[in-house]
Amino acid sequence: MTQVVLKGRKVVGGVTEGEALVTGQAISTWGGVNAVKGIITERRHELRGQSFKDKILVFPSAKGSSGWSTVAQVIRMADQSPKAMIVRDINSLTAIGAVVLRVPTVTDLDQDPTEVIATGDWIKIDGDRGIVEIIKKG
Amino acid sequence: MVQLARDEHEMLDGKHGRARQRAMEILVQYADALGAQRFVNTNNVHLLIGFHPYPEVVTVTDGDELASKFLLDTDEKIVVDYIETFNTTHIFAIDLERWKLMGAPQSLHELMESIKKYCIRTGISLTSTCTPYQVGNIPTRGEHCAWTESSAVPYCNAILGARTNTEAAHSAFPIALTGKVPLSGFHLDENRLGDQLIQVETDVNSVMDWYLLGYYAGENSQIEVPVLKLARPMVPNISMLKGFNAAGASSGGIMMYHIVGLTPEAPTQAAAFGGRKIQKTLNYGNAERRQTYETLNSAEDSGVDVINMGCPHYSLEQLRDVARLLDGKKVHGNVTLWIWTAHQLKDIADRNGYTDIIFKAGGQVMTDTCPLNTNLFPPGTKVVATDSAKQAHYTPAITGFDVWFGSMQDCIDAAITGKWRGELK
Repeated sequence: MTQVVLKGRKVVGGVTEGEALVTGQAISTWGGVNAVKGIITERRHELRGQSFKDKILVFPSAKGSSGWSTVAQVIRMADQSPKAMIVRDINSLTAIGAVVLRVPTVTDLDQDPTEVIATGDWIKIDGDRGIVEIIKKG
Repeated sequence: MVQLARDEHEMLDGKHGRARQRAMEILVQYADALGAQRFVNTNNVHLLIGFHPYPEVVTVTDGDELASKFLLDTDEKIVVDYIETFNTTHIFAIDLERWKLMGAPQSLHELMESIKKYCIRTGISLTSTCTPYQVGNIPTRGEHCAWTESSAVPYCNAILGARTNTEAAHSAFPIALTGKVPLSGFHLDENRLGDQLIQVETDVNSVMDWYLLGYYAGENSQIEVPVLKLARPMVPNISMLKGFNAAGASSGGIMMYHIVGLTPEAPTQAAAFGGRKIQKTLNYGNAERRQTYETLNSAEDSGVDVINMGCPHYSLEQLRDVARLLDGKKVHGNVTLWIWTAHQLKDIADRNGYTDIIFKAGGQVMTDTCPLNTNLFPPGTKVVATDSAKQAHYTPAITGFDVWFGSMQDCIDAAITGKWRGELK
């Protein structure tokens, strides 16, 4: 069992663990996610049709619409939230989106999380300390 | 941790009322999430208040309860007295006057009426447009702003030289209440410099060309700052820049860019990069232009049901041009033609007879929104045509419909014939 530890900083605090869902592509929640079903719907997105509910969602950044946090709030209200988020490059949309989603979120890690983490890896995340433990799958 | 000035401490301590206290609580969390060291004052906010993409979750109709739950993100009812900060409003969920033409339910109309009353009471300016810069919100170079609407943000940053990040509903409202925006992202000089060079080797002479270039730039730059260098320099107008900005913030997340020799912070290529190393150089030629065009066209059936134009809201020039194309023509019986603009520009179109020409041809000039926001399309719609790369990008994911993308002329030809015959020239 390989274990890797990444160090970054807090976006939203809290401690949790779960299975990673990783994409190298940016996410637009408005116009790219069905919030009440908790799935990615963007036409050419590599996660199209996949659910992020209860996953540790690992992605490079937000893109697109300023409706990001509006849709994030509906995801939370519809009980479709990921357990946590690991965002490579934080910006205004992912920052307020994470605050509204209220799940542990980290950024500014010492390695690119979308490269180091693979879908299916087991992730322990400490949002307050900005620490991500990766237990590689298989 | 963000450092608070005295007035910010006072707001957080509740000395300026519960609404400002709650706003400051959100903003401190937001600033820490961004890694901001302090706040900066703003007197220019473009709010997202009248639009909600999931009306089924909006179970309250009272204005104060709506703002508390959906903007201040709390179950506690918080009453806002007055918002001192100058502000304008992004789109609402429906055309506030012609909502029945959209097939909107009475309940949604009543919800919008409630929000309208709330806005009027609290000092929120009802502009209901994605293009505040077309209707009286034109920031000054260097002005710190807090704008929602991804396509308006690059207009504010890159074209006007004002400073904003793309704000969301839950950041813009607290910012307006307090007049405080986290000092981060594009408020800071160092983040406004170029990261990548895009050498534009093909001519970009039409609105459609600028949408295509923007879609390519967004796809490749994502949230970086691209610097465009045009092989054959020209001066794009507001309709072209509106198209570039909307496309670049759909395929990617461009909030800031430069055009060498044109935009205010890029008198030269060296100034645009500010001594920073160019991370990547891309060439945009005829092959990239064609590939982008083909990516945007997801339809195969040439029969068109709806033509959706005016995303972002049409400029006065576009309203005049589309009226001229439709003058004396008839829209095909199977086609719905919607042309979206700001209420204020429609008023000018009414006065000049453009609206009447479009109406006589069988089209409608609509305001305040666009149909993607509440997914309201005529029953039986399968294929949509648009002259906006932003609509072409989002329509399949939101509606499941197939999309044709082309020029204004292609769209009007399809409106009249009922068939898509557009091609890349």
